Amino acid sequence: MEKFILPEIPNYHKIEVYEQHGGYGALKKALTMKPDEIIDEIKKSNLRGRGGACFPTGMKWSFMPKDNSRPKYLAINGDESEPGTFKDRMIFEFNPHALIEGILIGCYAMGITAAYVYIRGEYGKWIHMLQKAVDEAYTKGYIGNDILKSKFSTNIYLHKGAGAYICGEESALMNSIEGERGYPRVKPPFPAQKGLWASPTTINNVETMANIPLIMNKGWEWYSKIGNAKHPGPILVGISGHVNKPGVYEVPTGVSLLELINTYAGGVPNNKKIKAVIPGGSSTMILRGENLEGVCMDADSLKAAGSSVGTAGLIVMDEDTDLIRVITRIAKFYYHESCGQCTPCREGTGWLFKTLKRFEHGEAQMQDIDVLMDVANNIEGNTICALGDAAAWPVQSMIRRFREEFEKRVVKEEVMA
Amino acid sequence: MLTPENLKKVEELRKRYPESKALTLPVLWIAQEQEGWISEDMMKYIANLLNVPPAHVMGVVTFYTMYNSKEKGKYHIEVCTNISCMLRGSDKILETVENHCKTSVGKTSSDKKWTVSEVECMGACGGAPMLAIGEEYYENLTPEKTKELLEKLS
Repeated sequence: MEKFILPEIPNYHKIEVYEQHGGYGALKKALTMKPDEIIDEIKKSNLRGRGGACFPTGMKWSFMPKDNSRPKYLAINGDESEPGTFKDRMIFEFNPHALIEGILIGCYAMGITAAYVYIRGEYGKWIHMLQKAVDEAYTKGYIGNDILKSKFSTNIYLHKGAGAYICGEESALMNSIEGERGYPRVKPPFPAQKGLWASPTTINNVETMANIPLIMNKGWEWYSKIGNAKHPGPILVGISGHVNKPGVYEVPTGVSLLELINTYAGGVPNNKKIKAVIPGGSSTMILRGENLEGVCMDADSLKAAGSSVGTAGLIVMDEDTDLIRVITRIAKFYYHESCGQCTPCREGTGWLFKTLKRFEHGEAQMQDIDVLMDVANNIEGNTICALGDAAAWPVQSMIRRFREEFEKRVVKEEVMA
Repeated sequence: MLTPENLKKVEELRKRYPESKALTLPVLWIAQEQEGWISEDMMKYIANLLNVPPAHVMGVVTFYTMYNSKEKGKYHIEVCTNISCMLRGSDKILETVENHCKTSVGKTSSDKKWTVSEVECMGACGGAPMLAIGEEYYENLTPEKTKELLEKLS
């Protein structure tokens, strides 16, 4: 398939090259349209957010109030901290202007005068790259006052995070922009009612916004026919773990996981069998290698298989992988990253990690499997934000799908009894 | 405490946000770039500069792992050990780093040259295993490549 989000064009990150290939044409077109027409176009395209929840982007935009005396804001989520996810970084490096153009179109469609792009602090190098592109776009008059003499004005500011996974959660991200600790907020009120500085705010993922110019240029009908009809478009899949060619691959949604692993990522080293995959970043439910036949990278297919697309960060594990070590490491991550606001998550993630360590070191007893399940079930759904669920799901799915791995690790006496 | 040049940057930043509290993270970054770490005196200074309570600034510094409230070694080696790196041998990379730097995770070597940290996913899973020094990522590492890299740093 032709590549749209990461086209193989040399120096595409430079504004002149981007313009030579039609760049900023979508913005020019959008500025001649009515804001509602743009939102309608995005709605009809069926674009769904690429940040993990697959929420319909056009619908999200339509939640923004039209008659509002307060300023409205756009926050772009480039926190990209979900283990196994490394796609937005490619956009900052190789196609920053598509992101900027998408942001500008979004701002115009929703009547927004300031957009904040929140990027994780570890991406210092990529923040400089995007800042350079933003500066170029200011110089050319695409950002700032009276953009292309349309009387529409907006600004784009980059905001650097400082190493907290939780800030990828949209309300924690807003608190972080406001200069607070990254604590998620209780909803409602939803961001479109009260977001940044209690003003209406929309939060979109970086990759989502890089899709917007494409839809404006080619039309919703064309876009909605790429890949899976209910979850269409090009998608960036990051493949890591036990594959010969790990990396980010742009594919239409709906490509099978086995094709992604075997064709795109060159298969598993030494022709080993696939023991397990995590399809969409560490918080999505683990799948058994022998159950991958027919499972595809789109919302419905992965849901049917008992997992989800998440951030499309596909992690592959071969037959020799110690899955108890894997799940213990994942649990350690959520324990470290829990913000500490809600008791079930703050305490529960620690319990999960400590109990899993007992399995890792061969000190667990059979009933500890039930303890794990019980703790995970008591975190899930009982917290302000989805970090609690994200910590519970991997443990629950690992026990359901790989129970034998846990049973093998309990102390011997217990097995005899 | 902040250089006149950096104070100018702070004034520029004020135009971007409707409230000065929002400058907390960016100004902490400026301070850390200037000093290498953020002392308690610096926190009080920033609180005064932004007209927020000192406890607010300290609360932010301690919440976010990238702000250093202690001095670090000349080189801060951050080794990712999260799942994708672990699957591709980050154990050996961390071991190599600890042996070379003669210190362990979370500590600074006695000559103050190295600080070694184990970090969560850095978003470089396609180049696992990896480590970062400052803003630079070093990917697709082997113990040999890691040793070579560290030997070059003086």
